[in-house]
Parts: sequence; structure tokens; C-alpha cells
Amino acid sequence: MFASILYIELFKIFRRPRTYIAFGAIALIVLLVQFALRVNGTEFIHFFTDSQADTFEIPEQQILNGYFVCVAILHLILIHVPLLVALIAGDMIAGEAQTGTLRMLAAQPTSRTTLLLAKFSASTVYVILLLLWMALFALFGSLLLFGQEDLVVFRETDLHIISQHDVLWRFIGAFIYAALALTMIASMALFLSVYAENALGPIVATVCIVIVFTIIQQLKVPVFEQTINPWSFTTHMLGWKGFFYVEKNAEGVTIDGSIENPMALLKSGIILVGYTLFFVSLSVIGYRKKDILC
Amino acid sequence: MLRAIFASLLLLTGFTSVQAAIDPTTLLAGVKKKYDLVNNYSAVAQLKTNVLFIKAPVSLVTIYYRKPDQLKIKNQKGVSFVPKGTVNINLNNVLGLQNFEAIDAGSASIDGINCQIVKVFPINDAEEITRATLYIDPERLVVLRSLISTRENGTYEIQMRYGAYTNWGLPDKVVVEFNTRDFKLPKGTTLDYDNGSTKNNSPKGPQKGKVEILYKSYLINKGVTDAQLQ
Repeated sequence: MFASILYIELFKIFRRPRTYIAFGAIALIVLLVQFALRVNGTEFIHFFTDSQADTFEIPEQQILNGYFVCVAILHLILIHVPLLVALIAGDMIAGEAQTGTLRMLAAQPTSRTTLLLAKFSASTVYVILLLLWMALFALFGSLLLFGQEDLVVFRETDLHIISQHDVLWRFIGAFIYAALALTMIASMALFLSVYAENALGPIVATVCIVIVFTIIQQLKVPVFEQTINPWSFTTHMLGWKGFFYVEKNAEGVTIDGSIENPMALLKSGIILVGYTLFFVSLSVIGYRKKDILC
Repeated sequence: MLRAIFASLLLLTGFTSVQAAIDPTTLLAGVKKKYDLVNNYSAVAQLKTNVLFIKAPVSLVTIYYRKPDQLKIKNQKGVSFVPKGTVNINLNNVLGLQNFEAIDAGSASIDGINCQIVKVFPINDAEEITRATLYIDPERLVVLRSLISTRENGTYEIQMRYGAYTNWGLPDKVVVEFNTRDFKLPKGTTLDYDNGSTKNNSPKGPQKGKVEILYKSYLINKGVTDAQLQ
């Protein structure tokens, strides 16, 4: 029964034209970034390496490779993808209420819990497909256009160079982690959707929550850094980048297969799963008690 | 009696060292003669970067040199940040000076080898090098350590170890130490993931960086093209 409801929900998602707006937008953004870096990639790298240009020979052409471009694209896109996820997940229950099909949906010979879990699963499938689409364009497209080389990752206070043979598994890890983070956003949008009668409300609310917490995180004010940020989902959503932070040995040489502070990454993953379970549980409780007759 | 013996010993030691010390200009000429045997070379080497704010794998590089002072390090495999001062591993930058003052600055032992210290001061203000201190093995006529101050790129300390190519004056291993500047990007530009490691390890103030070049093979005097030096 669950599988058939899931199938119906997926059918509903992919029947709507707006679903494809997200796929189109991602393809367009990726192509635009690739084009921009193809034309002005050197300037982009100068921005990061300017302070070291007097000391080092900067191998711009080698830095500007497919892996580097993909990380740059993910950096630019992943912060905005929650909006695209909210568009679908926020509509899941509130959209049914708005169109008047919620009662008909609940009349199906299955529990409300199963129904809600099927809707959540459909949102998760959408998230995964969106990320696979992104991977197709951002990773494989960039490799095709810019070729393979070692990956250089710039942070505020240091830079990491990762051998090309040690990179691919990190992208797989990063995409899986991004799926985890976006699923958490989907669960939050679904939760808000349960308590709304209009689809626009939960979508806007989800986006606003993400924006507020992102700003709090970026303010880097001690009062927030010590209280909110350690538990803010936006802090842990950036965990995908953790796959590109490597350890080095005493001689300064990067250790293949290493991740800098993997326990922090694990903790972030657990916090995101915790949030997801929390919102899904609240959604189930809310939906089971929801008065669908009025 | 003891005083007399001690004084004689001191005098004798002093006399011996004066006898052993070769005139710095003659010594430099001897070293240059050896380095002049090499008109050009291409060498395959491993390059290790040890800078506080860089985490980099060992990269494979090709080093191209052509007389008098053209040197290019190119990545064969991998990305590496090569310090600009590594051009000074080619000692012709110092030995090729036409107008300079050379001063004997005593002796020192490096890895058990007694070296004569020579300080070189270019007289021409336009030279890129402002001064150099060379630790020269007077027997093999090779430079084991050099401290080179440049006008544009700060001071570099270069240590060289010799093996199979000693007769050409070419080292097997070179370690270049140099000053680095802080690496800092504006806050919020990279949206870093806070895994708790950056707060403890962030570099503060000027640091020393090190690059180690391990030569695997040399192709000497077989020609180096302009394209290879680009």
C-alpha cells in the first residue's frame, strides 16, 4: 500500500510543470557558472590567491579544473536549493487542503501515518533526483569542459590541495550529505505544510527560516556562535564541505583518504537526522490530529 | 709554562685556519667553474610543500634550467604552489654576478663537512639579489647552504645535499625556506563549514614556509627550449 501511495505522490509531483522549474533552474545556473569560469576563471582564482601572488607562482590553469568548478558550483547553488525543495515539500499537505482534495486523500484505506510518510518519501525522492541532476551537470559537465586535476579548496584561513585520485569519493560523500541536509529541509517544509491551509504559507515560512538562520550564522557574533549556531541546522547543512577538508602529516603533506575532524562531520550528520526525525514525527502527530472536515 | 703552551696552541690553530681559508673570490671562481659545466638541464623531481596554511600532496615536477639564470618549475602531475624564490636554487644568480664584494666570514660544519662561509654583496644597485651568504665545501667546490636576500621576494635559505651529480655541482636534494604572508580571505566569502579545527590552527603573524625538492634524474646539456621555460 505504501509503495502505491508513494507512486501516486511521485506521479503528482512530476505531473506539475513547476517541478521542472527547479531542474531547469539548476541546469541554467550550472551552465552559466561554467561559462563564466571558462571565460573569466583566472580572475575568479585571483580573488582567492591575491594575497599570495608575491610569494608563490600560482598555477591558475591547473587550479581551474572540473573538480574545482564543481565545488564552486555547489558552493553557489546548495545554499539556494532549500527554496526549490520547499516549493515541493511545502505544498504536500497544504496544497491538498487548498485544492480541497485532503478529505478525499484521507478517505483512502490506509492510515494517515502511512500517507504522510509516503508524502515525505516522495519529497525525499525529489531531493535525491534534484541532486543527481546537479551532479550530472555540475560534476560530469565540468569534468568534460575543464578536465581533471588535483582539487584546490580555499577556506578563510588555509587552502587544501587534494590529489585527483582521492577526490571522487569525496564528491559522492558530499552529495549524500547534501541529500541528508535537503531532506531535513523537506521535513521542515512538510511539518509547516501540515499546519497550513494555503501552500504559499509553508513555502515562504521555510525559506524565511533558512534565511534567518543563515544570517545568524554568517554574522559570526559570539552571542550567536555560542548559543544558536552549534545547534542551527544551517551550520550543519554546510557539512558537505567537510568532505573536502583534509588532514596533513608532520611534513605538511596531505593524507589520502583523510577528513579533517570526521567526528564533527558525524555529529553534524546526526543533528540533521535528529531534526528530520523530529519534524517528521511532529508532522505525523499533527496530521493524525488534523481536522480535515472543516 | 701552561700559559706559553696555550698561547702557542692558539697561535698555531689561528695560523692553520688562516692557511686553510681560501681567498673568497678564488673559492667562488672555483665553484663557478664547476657550475659552468652545466649549460642547461631538465630534471624530474618530487616537490613537497610545508607551509602552515597549505595542505598539499607530494607533486611531481620537471625543472628546466638554462644558463645563465633561467629556471622554470613545472608541474608534471598535480597542483603545487611553488615559491617564487626557488629560482635561487640556481646559484648562477649569485655566482654570475659581475660586480661584487666577497668577504670571508669564517667556517661552519654542515652534516660533518667543514664549510667556508663567504658573504657576497653586489655592488650594482639594480641587482635582484641584495646579499648572499654561501656555505661552500672547499674540497668538492659545491654550495651546501645559502642565505639569499632578494629585493622583491624576501630572504630564502637554501640547503643542498649532493650525491650522484656532485661533479656537475647539481644537488640531489634541495630544501628552500622562505617567509610567508598570512593567508586570509574576507569573512563569509567561502562560507566555511565549522568543524572546530580552524579556530585552533589559524596562523598568526609571519611564518616560515619550506619546500623540499628531491631530484630523481637529470638530463644535462641536452638542450632546453624556450617553450619549456615559458
